[in-house]
Amino acid sequence: MAVSESIAAPGLVERLSAPKPAITLLLLMWVPLTIYVMFGAHQFVLLPAIPATILLYWVAFYNFRESSTAIIGLTLVFFWLLMAVSAPYLPLVDPNKPIAPFTLPFSEKRDIFFWLGTDFKGRDMLSRMIWGCQRVIVWGVTATFVAYVIGTLFGLIAGYLSGWWDEIISFLANVLLSFPVMVLFIVILNYLGPSGFNIVVAVTFASAPAIMRIVRGLTLDIKTRDYVYAAQTRGEHPFYIMVIELLPNVRGPIIVDACLRLGYTTVAITTLTFLGLGLQPPDPDWGLMIREAAKTAMLWKFSYMLLVPALSVSTLILGFNLMADGLREMSLKD
Amino acid sequence: MSDQTPVLECRNLSISYYTRAGEIPAVVDFNLKLMPGESHGIVGESGCGKSTVALAIMQYMGKNGAIVGGELLFEGRDMRSMSPDELRKLRGSKIAMVYQEPMASLNPAMRIGDQLCEVPIYHDGVSEREAWQRSAEMLAKVRLPDPERIMNSFPHQISGGQQQRVVIAMALLSSPKLLLLDEPTTALDVTVEAGIVELIRDIADEFGTSMIYISHNLGLILETCDRLTVMYSGEAVEVGDIHDVFDEMRHPYTRGLFGSIPLPGADKNEHPLVAIPGQLPLPHERPKGCNFGPRCTFFRQGVCDTGRLRMHSVPGDDDHRVRCERFQEIDWERDLPKGEAKPPVESGDVVLSVDDMTKHYVIEESGFLIFGGEEKTVKANEHLNFSAREAETVAIVGESGCGKSTFAKVLMGLEDATAGQVKLGNVELGNLPVEKRDEKTISRLQMVFQNPFDTLNPSHTVGGQIARVIRKFGVAKTKEEVDEIVFRLLDIVKLPRDFAKRRPRQLSGGQKQRVGIARAFAGNPDVVIADEPVSALDVSVQAAVTDLLMDIQRENRTTLLFISHDLSVVRYLADRVVVMYLGQIMEQGTTEEIFSPPYHPYTEALLAAVPIADTSIEKRHIVLKGELPSPSNPPKGCPFSTRCQYMMPGKCDVEAPPIRAFGREGHEILCHLDPTELQEMEPVIKKKEEAA
Ligand SMILES: Nc1ncnc2c1ncn2[C@@H]1O[C@H](COP(=O)(O)OP(=O)(O)OP(=O)(O)O)[C@@H](O)[C@H]1O
Ligand code: SF4
Ligand code: SF4
Ligand SMILES: [Mg+2]
Repeated sequence: MAVSESIAAPGLVERLSAPKPAITLLLLMWVPLTIYVMFGAHQFVLLPAIPATILLYWVAFYNFRESSTAIIGLTLVFFWLLMAVSAPYLPLVDPNKPIAPFTLPFSEKRDIFFWLGTDFKGRDMLSRMIWGCQRVIVWGVTATFVAYVIGTLFGLIAGYLSGWWDEIISFLANVLLSFPVMVLFIVILNYLGPSGFNIVVAVTFASAPAIMRIVRGLTLDIKTRDYVYAAQTRGEHPFYIMVIELLPNVRGPIIVDACLRLGYTTVAITTLTFLGLGLQPPDPDWGLMIREAAKTAMLWKFSYMLLVPALSVSTLILGFNLMADGLREMSLKD
Repeated sequence: MSDQTPVLECRNLSISYYTRAGEIPAVVDFNLKLMPGESHGIVGESGCGKSTVALAIMQYMGKNGAIVGGELLFEGRDMRSMSPDELRKLRGSKIAMVYQEPMASLNPAMRIGDQLCEVPIYHDGVSEREAWQRSAEMLAKVRLPDPERIMNSFPHQISGGQQQRVVIAMALLSSPKLLLLDEPTTALDVTVEAGIVELIRDIADEFGTSMIYISHNLGLILETCDRLTVMYSGEAVEVGDIHDVFDEMRHPYTRGLFGSIPLPGADKNEHPLVAIPGQLPLPHERPKGCNFGPRCTFFRQGVCDTGRLRMHSVPGDDDHRVRCERFQEIDWERDLPKGEAKPPVESGDVVLSVDDMTKHYVIEESGFLIFGGEEKTVKANEHLNFSAREAETVAIVGESGCGKSTFAKVLMGLEDATAGQVKLGNVELGNLPVEKRDEKTISRLQMVFQNPFDTLNPSHTVGGQIARVIRKFGVAKTKEEVDEIVFRLLDIVKLPRDFAKRRPRQLSGGQKQRVGIARAFAGNPDVVIADEPVSALDVSVQAAVTDLLMDIQRENRTTLLFISHDLSVVRYLADRVVVMYLGQIMEQGTTEEIFSPPYHPYTEALLAAVPIADTSIEKRHIVLKGELPSPSNPPKGCPFSTRCQYMMPGKCDVEAPPIRAFGREGHEILCHLDPTELQEMEPVIKKKEEAA
């Protein structure tokens, strides 16, 4: 995307904006975080991720500097990303340790100052909020990514090979799309049991059909271009044409859509966890925090327990949506 | 005439667009005086500001465009000081515009009659009955058959040529003083275009409307206009009476333009075209001084690159003005651009032979899932017979829907032939789809595509796309070897080597097309099919790309199948010509045989339809009636029978015509007319008698 191939003498940030360094940074941030959250690796793995995240923010900021919308979105998203990778290194109390129940925000108890108070079990809200973003982000992004890989693959096949392939894939997609999303989630997770990996499966089933349709439409348009004919008349294998000739050209519109969908997925995961169908206690998670707070937050005094995780989710989703808007804005300008 | 008020006058008009990159001066210091009844042509290449001038006159500049200087007088009144209300009235009743795309002016969801009626109802306040009456009359005046039927149809139910006639009728209904036509025929086929051009010419005579006719085609301007402005990169560079400009051009760019279009007499061996070197500057990259400077052979430092240039009058002719500092020093007779003559190439053995090849498409109409509706056969190619030799250029000529592209697809293995054979050497290709062809066969046959914006994958580098072909066809394996060949190919197509690392969007149309040519020749093919390779390019770039294509062909002794609708280009470069109409070959023979009698009636009409930018040429006028029939529903008997002026009822529309052979070289005409009748046809194009 907005990887600028600047003609001017490249500074550090421009050099980092080239595809290879940018992707390296992304992996340096993402792989440790995923290993840490999904497989409970030692917190040392997160060490390289912290500088990578900061550099990546700088690169993204530089490339999107023309759109203030995108900049605000980026800042929100990267704030949470930075919290996610650096949580173990921040001076926070153990998020699972009950200390003093029902401590209000900005008050001190047992020589600890609680910025955001504690929950009904006496666990530090600030610490839980920061640790809680890890699971939402990791599972949300992973689920969206898997849905995109599968949706794009089927979209390319349906669009490019058409005929029977298209009929079958489109039919299946329409069947899946005819279920309300939440019903689909609940059915799948009830059947498979609640866990992070099953959330990925559920999100894929729910999102891939729509992604498939978008990619299929783009493919139908692009496959009539002369460069695709040129590849066909060279006798290229259909797989080569789909991956090398078509995929890079459907990428642009898909990335915008992916940002939006990240927002939906975050909502979905939080909702599922709230319903008890997603990630399981005791580890902190925004959805869980809302679920637990719902029992006690009836009292106005304790509504902060609900407000903190709810606002956190909102800022992350807002970040994704603003990023999508900014990206679209920028792609329209060129 | 001079005591009349001009209908329109532009004085030092400057127009800019404001974009993210800053102000783009699209038109600078533009002057124009249009007298009542006069037709003024504006000619120039893409992006030179022709449309901007027209839009400024209409005051439709959009959000980001504005007139930044000068005056714009309509019948002596400054349009810039008029209120929006006055402007709206003016636009509806006194100025009308016709665009390139007829559908841009028509509402797809409204019956044509209703759209037409709006004009007299709104402007003259007449009753609905009367408006309908007038509309029908106007449709008849623009020579649409059966006006009542057309009034009751929706725009998509009539053909492109008919749509454009409707748009013109709509423009004329308000009896405007000024008609602006922006490339009104560019989207149409040549024979349809000829009809519209004739109509436009008659409008000037019949209604006394003044016209501004915008086109990139000098021939069309010659056929329609009295005066002419040549524009280059936002400036008028030469203005004058059409004959003065055509016969005594005084600007190096105008001269270059004429040198790069194939006029009768140009010949790829003896008188090759002379391309203007370089390419158009972008508006924000214009040089200091003369915009044409970097491409001009007469450029002189200190004269041409000092500040803004002014228009100068040509001595002895106040109406003829040029924007060139050195026009009086140039010897216009001696310094004619001349290409180097090249020895003709001897063609070798037959490489490709097409034997009775037929391709039918079966389409299902309004099918529902697998339960097909009515089946229909489209006869895209019917009994094609011809052959091409080594190092020979065979042109396939025809209008849209004649089956040119289908033929290319069968050849390339993207479609199967329904019957007959296509042989490359001794390999039968007709029923060998590309997946089943071996590497060797595939690499022998390559293609150059029409649309420069589509021909390269925007996501990959130029070098990478050429390299893929080299690897795929096993020309070279190691990275060094492949790179070496890529560089050599870039040298051959005259592009700098560092273009290998660029992406297509950093290239101009002409440059992309050159890469497309390099890619086609990367696998050392024996046969290259070029499907309208230059028709989407700017005139001054076309010649360079055409020449390049032919030089490489000459070098490698490649067989070139050149698909085109442009007979001027075909005459220039083809050795043999195949004329197609609705999927059938109407005539084939050597280029000379095609361009002189005996003609097939269709070839004759096609020749007469091509506008020629040469005042010393006289052309017979033949305007075909009707439109191209749909290939899914071709006429019985001779496919041309619905439009042919020699049509013999009872014979041509019943029986398929026989092939008449002439000469020894295989000149064949598919027609019922007697060979002697065919032989007695008059030449379409003649040099004018010198007597006058
Ligand atoms: N809306 C716009 N915003 C910015 N620049 C524009 C706009 N419209 C045209 N231009 C620029 O102004 C210049 C003149 O454009 P214009 O459309 O008048 O050219 P033209 O001679 O009609 O070309 P063509 O033969 O392609 O129709 C070009 O450089 C073009 O890129
Ligand atoms: S002013 Fe100079 S550079 Fe420009 S057209 Fe005339 S001779 Fe050429
Ligand atoms: S066969 Fe008849 S209709 Fe066809 S081209 Fe000849 S004269 Fe015309
Ligand atoms: Mg234009």
